[in-house]
Amino acid sequence: MNNFGLTIAVPRGALLGGSLDALDRASIDTSEIRSNDRKLLFADIGVVTMRPSDVPTYVEAGAADVGITGKDVLMENPERQIFELADLGFGECQMVVASEEGPDKAAAALARLGVMRIATKYPRIAAEYFEQSGRQAEMVTVNGSVELAPLTGLADAIVDLTATGITLQENGLVVREEIATVTARLVANRVAHRLKAAAIEEFASLIGDSANAQAPQA
Amino acid sequence: MNARIPSGTRDVLPEERAELRRIEAALLGVFGQFGYGEISTPTVEYQETLQRAGATATPVSYRVLGEPGEELALRSDMTVPIARVASSRYRDAEMPLRFCYVAPAYRAVTPHRGQPREFLQAGIELIGAEVTSGCAETLTVLCQALETAGLSDFYVGVGDAALYPSLLSSCGVDQASSEAVLRELGDRDYVGIDRELRTLGLSAGQIDLLSQVPRMRGGEVLNEPLDPALDSAIGSIRELVGSLEPTVNRRMIPDLGRFPRMGYYSGLVFEVYDPMLGEPIASGGYYADLLGRFGMPTGGVGFAIDVDLLHAALAGEERGETGR
Repeated sequence: MNNFGLTIAVPRGALLGGSLDALDRASIDTSEIRSNDRKLLFADIGVVTMRPSDVPTYVEAGAADVGITGKDVLMENPERQIFELADLGFGECQMVVASEEGPDKAAAALARLGVMRIATKYPRIAAEYFEQSGRQAEMVTVNGSVELAPLTGLADAIVDLTATGITLQENGLVVREEIATVTARLVANRVAHRLKAAAIEEFASLIGDSANAQAPQA
Repeated sequence: MNARIPSGTRDVLPEERAELRRIEAALLGVFGQFGYGEISTPTVEYQETLQRAGATATPVSYRVLGEPGEELALRSDMTVPIARVASSRYRDAEMPLRFCYVAPAYRAVTPHRGQPREFLQAGIELIGAEVTSGCAETLTVLCQALETAGLSDFYVGVGDAALYPSLLSSCGVDQASSEAVLRELGDRDYVGIDRELRTLGLSAGQIDLLSQVPRMRGGEVLNEPLDPALDSAIGSIRELVGSLEPTVNRRMIPDLGRFPRMGYYSGLVFEVYDPMLGEPIASGGYYADLLGRFGMPTGGVGFAIDVDLLHAALAGEERGETGR
């Protein structure tokens, strides 16, 4: 267990590096996590690693006291009863609407058929976005390689996260609309937030509680 | 093939039922010692009656088809039915009124999350008592009931639903402009709170205060030197906690950022935390207006313990592990 007495849920994938750097700032020794990408539970330092989308599940249930995950995950799971403590600033990405280069097939579908088909891993964010702008959109939920959907005719456009835009570009897609900027967030279990208040405040301030220092993004 | 039951419901078999019965008996025993009389109300009520609690109350989730023209619903808690009983049967009785119950209530669930639709609550309602002494009595009953049931390591978060709105208003923010920040506060989304505060045209000092208050929790809060506006806003929490016996007082965690998103609670609010569980096992608070909606203009205070969660916490404490 770490000095804070906190079980920390850490996301594997794109947010792992930034998350481990943040833990380093709190003097938690992350060398074993950096050298072992198969092990999941690091009991000595109170860290569990998992997919980013599982972090809210573990934190809500109290299996982890605090966790780091993307704002995209939090936006897609608004019913999770967890507290969002801070914008950690790293892992910045754009949630965008993208479609094939050339005339926008999604706009054409909307104009001619009154509805467009959107492939996404984020059906709630996407559905809410189109609903807010009064457009009829049908969600096609896929679990990976969203870029494939418009190329094969599965969908007219996609809603997905992009950091550099390179994957979109390589698949002949262009960004049509930006929905939100997302970054990594620190979240806490609501019971731990009260019972381990001092430890959580100290941990949050060390790993870079930038919420007061800079404008949060989303 | 087995006949199924709806997801989120379950059968309770003798071994578990016997354990639950012991817990219920312990809780009801304490409620009785403090003079609370047990009552039962119908599982189904007129939808219109339950909805009188207002749009922000726990939503009525299950509607039932009665005789043609009858719109019935399953109760989402016992507080509203008790408010109905008090206002119709005890309108001219001597105050305060003391009621207790052990009864199932019903709520909507998100599919595949393992949440119960039907859950057993045990609680009390104290109607027509003075605010501070009524809340103090309620917290005393709550702690003693949980202790008698065998729970040892629990804490009670104490907040005030009126605290943050009054701070906002003392900073000159009107009610309409307060809504967005109060919504973020209800979610305890600190990033959202800070973002919304910046849109209100406040001074840097005011933003700092309003940004820090939701983070303030724990026993020390009441002893620290505070901003004068905040100091007066936490008066009700300080008075309540200060009036409690030491055995009850030691379990209190002042929580200045507690803002119940839904419900009829208008003042002091409580929530019970046990390190064994990731969610609160009981909650309650003071409601000024609920009885008024039934034509009985008086306040009340109460709590409801989720008996199944209490059972889980007891089992966890028995095993002596942290449960997480």
